[in-house]
Amino acid sequence: MTPKNFLVQHGRQLGTLCGLFGLVVIFWILTPHFLTVSNLLNIAQQTSINAIIAVGMTFVIITAGIDLSVGSIVAFSGVVMGSALQSGTPLLLAILLGLGVGLLCGLVNGVLISWGRLPPFISTLGMMSVARGAALLYTGGRPVSGFSSSFRWLSTGEVAHIPSPVVIMVVIYGIAHFVLRRTKLGRYTYAMGGNEEAAILSGVSVKVYKAGVYGLCGMFSGLAAIILTARLNSAQPIAGMMYELDAIAATVIGGTSLMGGEGTVLGTLIGALIMGVLRNGLNILGVSSFVQQIVIGSVIVVAVLADMALKRQRK
Amino acid sequence: MEISPVLEMRQIRKTFPGVVALDGVDFELRKGEVHILLGENGAGKSTLIKILSGAYQRNGGQIFLNGREINIRNPKHAQELGIASIYQELTLVPHLSAAENIFLGREPTRPPGLIDNKRLFKAAQILLDDLGLDISARALIKDLGVAQQQMVEVAKALSLDAKILIMDEPTSALTEHEIKTLFVVIRRLKEKGVSIVYISHRLEELFEIGDRVTILRDGKYVGTHDVAAVTRPELVRMMVNRELREHFPKQKSRKGDEILRVEGLTRKGVLKNISFSLYAGEVLGIAGLLGSGRTELARAVFGADRIDSGKVYVKGQLQHIQSPRGAIHLGIGLLTEDRKTQGLILSLSVKENICLPNLDHFSKIGIVNPRKEDKAVRPVVQELRIKTPSLNQKAMYLSGGNQQKVVMSKWLLSRADILFFDEPTRGIDVGSKVEIYQWMNRLTAEGAAIVMISSELPEILGMSDRILVMHQGQIVKEFSQEEATQEKILHYALGT
Repeated sequence: MTPKNFLVQHGRQLGTLCGLFGLVVIFWILTPHFLTVSNLLNIAQQTSINAIIAVGMTFVIITAGIDLSVGSIVAFSGVVMGSALQSGTPLLLAILLGLGVGLLCGLVNGVLISWGRLPPFISTLGMMSVARGAALLYTGGRPVSGFSSSFRWLSTGEVAHIPSPVVIMVVIYGIAHFVLRRTKLGRYTYAMGGNEEAAILSGVSVKVYKAGVYGLCGMFSGLAAIILTARLNSAQPIAGMMYELDAIAATVIGGTSLMGGEGTVLGTLIGALIMGVLRNGLNILGVSSFVQQIVIGSVIVVAVLADMALKRQRK
Repeated sequence: MEISPVLEMRQIRKTFPGVVALDGVDFELRKGEVHILLGENGAGKSTLIKILSGAYQRNGGQIFLNGREINIRNPKHAQELGIASIYQELTLVPHLSAAENIFLGREPTRPPGLIDNKRLFKAAQILLDDLGLDISARALIKDLGVAQQQMVEVAKALSLDAKILIMDEPTSALTEHEIKTLFVVIRRLKEKGVSIVYISHRLEELFEIGDRVTILRDGKYVGTHDVAAVTRPELVRMMVNRELREHFPKQKSRKGDEILRVEGLTRKGVLKNISFSLYAGEVLGIAGLLGSGRTELARAVFGADRIDSGKVYVKGQLQHIQSPRGAIHLGIGLLTEDRKTQGLILSLSVKENICLPNLDHFSKIGIVNPRKEDKAVRPVVQELRIKTPSLNQKAMYLSGGNQQKVVMSKWLLSRADILFFDEPTRGIDVGSKVEIYQWMNRLTAEGAAIVMISSELPEILGMSDRILVMHQGQIVKEFSQEEATQEKILHYALGT
């Protein structure tokens, strides 16, 4: 690939990457505590949960859909798995249970969208409330706390001095990138979002694959629930509030179009890191969380404005 | 009837990049007449009325309104000049009432700026009654039938004080009875001195409602006649394009076994009891007007639309095709009428588009092998001479002709031997056209069968071995290549 082709193909991601480095440089200048190895690892760790949910969200948004239920699925998966752990279920089985609950909730979304022909917004809005209610009902509204250290290792442990959530995140992004680029599922994901009618007429089983994408998105929420529960040493039915917005924001900042058909998980990772860097840097600077919200909201809008301007220019 | 023309269009010329849509067309409209605009698809009728309604700007010629030369700047300006259009697709707001639609944007108000509903409904009702219509001004548009909605459009045009009314195929969606009502309204409009430009493919209507007729052919003016002084065969002859067959490099292939048989295919309101056979090595042309069910027939066989009854045999076996996926597995391919909305995924690359129906061949346990893809796609792209900087170029950046070749490549790669080509050369350059024809020859030589749907009669005549003519969801006539002429096809396509 010539350098010019590379620029054209990856121009959008490079732009976002420059934004990320720009932020890092700004915080580095403003505070000496920012650019240290331990703080950078800290940011990566804080970002991991949002980043993992945003992977699923990226798949969904590439199909021109949306998933509002991810935060509630985090809570529901977490409490089901937490309760199982406390009642003595083996670790591996409990983890599979957490992933399975997420997958199932996602598949329900997918089936309602594919065969029930519901708009994704409505279907997942319903699931957002149902899963949240189910989480509260399951625990009677109380958190489930206190787990074995082997479970908590999933959040507190390290592999070669790198925190385990960061390792999990990197592995997940590697797999997701491969799936999008190199598998039928990935190809069909872009095809469905780019032009659903053409995909159907090319013999793609759009309904099956779309349901699968929502299932996958639910499963990533289940994975995020495992890490969150391990970190807090507690599974809370009110966990994951507003996570859907963070995941959508990371995806959109990363260059995935809400119109569907285009986007990359690497862009989403950069988007999630931008949000993580902003939160961390502003915290170190002592900026109030009220102001932080204003800054993050503005960044989302500016990122998308810049993206649109860039696309117009290319046309 | 007064003879002085209300409107005169002289030597109108309109070009689009690469195409001359109108080449010196004259048109004259008298007060209180119904003037029919007649011509085949692509003759330039739509372009002419779009210039008249301000949607397009002419490149040459003059327009006179009541003897004064004018320049129609945009649709709003046309409206101000008293020129109104009733489009095929209605432009009403479904959840508002008839009255609210008629006066949309011009609602009568009372201080301090509220809408005066009393006056609104009263004025609208007067308009509707005046046309002899049994429509309540308070009725919501969504509760009205298509014909009634059309009448509301007419009332809206009159409320704008329109002196010239353009009606583009107003009867295409109407029942027999509704057409009668429409004609009553049209006669009433004539009495009021409104002039009507009327486009229709149905010759019987022309004789019933028209005063004069102007014929266009290939963007050129053929003539204007009093309807009373022409006969149907004369009109057909004037419409028909006499272009010779030499542009079509047709090569006959040996006719093989029956490869597809359709029996009694029916889809309510769209297709009626369609039966035909298709043989290996032949091109079966399907002619018919827009809306005659040509595209719907292809979609039904391909499994894209549900069918109500009928049987499809592929290579002698009865098959129940439930989805395009099922059809593709049986070796059927569909080159869609509109490549941008149905054929291509513009945001995907050339390679990804071509491989989409064939991904199973290039993947194992769901993982795609890009080297295999490249190896399979590269020769096809080269053979079809698709001009693209790389296989990874997004389809949206290709020209129309190259895009169409990409869609064709999908089916070449999938080795489909029953191919439905719906308007395979629409909107593409001449060079690409010929290349597509040559590929059709090559495919039939290799034993594939092609069903070619086309609005261009020269293409149908030039490339088909047999020709089916469709009219209102039915096959009304079959011709061999030798016996078919444009006149004969058109005669059946227009309905007898």
